[in-house]
Amino acid sequence: MTRIDRKFAALNAEGKKAFVAYVMAGDPDYDTSLEIVKGLPGAGVDIIEMGIPFTDPMADGPTIQLAGQRALEAGQTLQKTLDMAAEFRKGDDETPIVMMGYYNPIYNRGVDKFLVDAKAAGVDGLIVVDLPPEEDEELCIPAQKAGLNFIRLATPTTDDKRLPKVLQNTSGFVYYVSITGITGAAEAQAGDVGPEVARIKAKTDLPVIVGFGIKTPDNARDIAAVADGAVVGSAIVKQIEENRPVAEILAYVKGLADGAHSA
Amino acid sequence: MSDDLINSFMTGPDEKGRFGIFGGRFVSETLMPLILSLEEEYEKAKTDQSFWDEMNDLWTHYVGRPSPLYFASRLTEHLGGAKVYMKRDELNHTGAHKINNVLGQIILARRMGKTRIIAETGAGQHGVATATVCAKFGLKCVVYMGAHDVQRQAPNVFRMRLLGAEVVPVTSGRGTLKDAMNDALRDWVTNVRDTFYCIGTVAGPHPYPAMVRDFQSIIGKEAKEQMQRAEGRLPDTLVAAIGGGSNAMGLFYPFLDDTDVRIIGVEAGGKGVNEKMEHCASLTGGRPGVLHGNRTYLLQDDDGQILEGHSISAGLDYPGIGPEHSWLHDTGRAEYVAITDTEALEAFQLCCQTEGIIPALEPSHALAHVMKIAPDLPRDHIICMNMCGRGDKDIFTVARHLGFDMGVTA
Repeated sequence: MTRIDRKFAALNAEGKKAFVAYVMAGDPDYDTSLEIVKGLPGAGVDIIEMGIPFTDPMADGPTIQLAGQRALEAGQTLQKTLDMAAEFRKGDDETPIVMMGYYNPIYNRGVDKFLVDAKAAGVDGLIVVDLPPEEDEELCIPAQKAGLNFIRLATPTTDDKRLPKVLQNTSGFVYYVSITGITGAAEAQAGDVGPEVARIKAKTDLPVIVGFGIKTPDNARDIAAVADGAVVGSAIVKQIEENRPVAEILAYVKGLADGAHSA
Repeated sequence: MSDDLINSFMTGPDEKGRFGIFGGRFVSETLMPLILSLEEEYEKAKTDQSFWDEMNDLWTHYVGRPSPLYFASRLTEHLGGAKVYMKRDELNHTGAHKINNVLGQIILARRMGKTRIIAETGAGQHGVATATVCAKFGLKCVVYMGAHDVQRQAPNVFRMRLLGAEVVPVTSGRGTLKDAMNDALRDWVTNVRDTFYCIGTVAGPHPYPAMVRDFQSIIGKEAKEQMQRAEGRLPDTLVAAIGGGSNAMGLFYPFLDDTDVRIIGVEAGGKGVNEKMEHCASLTGGRPGVLHGNRTYLLQDDDGQILEGHSISAGLDYPGIGPEHSWLHDTGRAEYVAITDTEALEAFQLCCQTEGIIPALEPSHALAHVMKIAPDLPRDHIICMNMCGRGDKDIFTVARHLGFDMGVTA
């Protein structure tokens, strides 16, 4: 049982949907970012997705691209992202942390070394956008062996024939990408998402969380209602981009969390 | 892996799209079903005579193939050593080798029922070739081009627009070829149903590196036959410029198992490979990493962040290289060297003056290396270099570097 498994068991027992928040580690700078991350559980966030900045985020829209650039310009590195997770863990041993990003920084560090360091930092799961099941031997299988969840993305183009392959080595939860497109693009529609989530749940016992294109508390509620939870990323990152005070950012996050939890 | 352990250098990639450790399919799940269906379609086409009949007909009547193999007698005399031949792919319709590959991909796109074509472009040659073939077949065409490149390759931007393509200037990153490729991938992930991504080089997720190589191999196949007719034997040395590496792969591939033929790829050394990454020589100055769907040599920092290279030539301004080149480098079958901006400019001028050929800045890099090695080689040594593009698009850049006032800003 990882912290992710325990979190879903607890939410289930309460009959609650999960609210997952994404922030880019080191955006706008290390200290502010850490302060935001530390405040997320208090704002109702059940699982924290910590973005690993990368120069070439091919699946991300402009909001998250710019967040990555801000973080890199402020000196963020993979090491500092691991440090941030460890720092957060000192004060919170319950809220799961999922690191999300692209493969090259991890590959560059060395997969084995990264997994040891991530585990030691208190990271619970990984989402690596450019590692489909066809490349499972790269990181997915070593990560599972190291006791980390490897959370796979399922998308509207993942048809029934392909779905078992996508689910095969997935653990923790399944992340359903609500749209064909990049992060922060078109608004997710509960009417489209519901049947897709049902299609996936017919094939797995894992929770199915929906992300990409969720922008408002109402939207978070509607999507969470047809899934096991909702992820919001770009809309939160946009608040950070606008240099709002941390307390205001956390209040904004709480609004989204309340939306998802009211489902 | 040493040479003698490999039976053939022409069997790659394997079923996972790998050349040794290089290549692969590092793409998001949304794109994965698309590249699998492309692979399936390409595998069918490869052995379908009607596909190749259509290709050959267009290569002959639309592109003007075969391109000549030309003995550069005055250049040879000037250098005073090896005999220099040029494979004249700059004489193709649209002025570069790029159209060889575009025709193949567009015929595939039509077979797959795709109606919208997207492409990335650096120097604009691949964009022009794609816009051209789309115009010929009445397909919608969107070309992503770094904002910096839009500026330095204005004539090609206008050509694409004349041909009916939409040119999207890309401002993310530093606005060069790498960023254009990111935005093309973002478009593809958004428009999966009707869109075909026509990649211009031997990079990207499998099957692109193999497929683009196969389409470009017409260059090497012709050169082999033509050299037999001209000299009654194979060349001793092949030289070609490399950004992503499609013209080089096209020339090299049919010669890979002729192990007496020395193969040299020329990367863009920019302001010099020893300075702080002001170059685009991925093999000479980079290390293996994962970007744009494949594992290959990349320019990157200690944290695995991709670096922006520099080259006078927009077509070589890319921090990666096709995965098959990485493999040929590591196995030692091919050698890779770097040529600086200054050396390429000298070669550009020499080619104009001795042969009456205005070369693109990309093959000027290959030519600069020929200038380095030819004088010390015996007179019966035969070099074949790939003149993969013509230089009309580059005259503004060259004029600026030579301090010549064209009276226009470009």
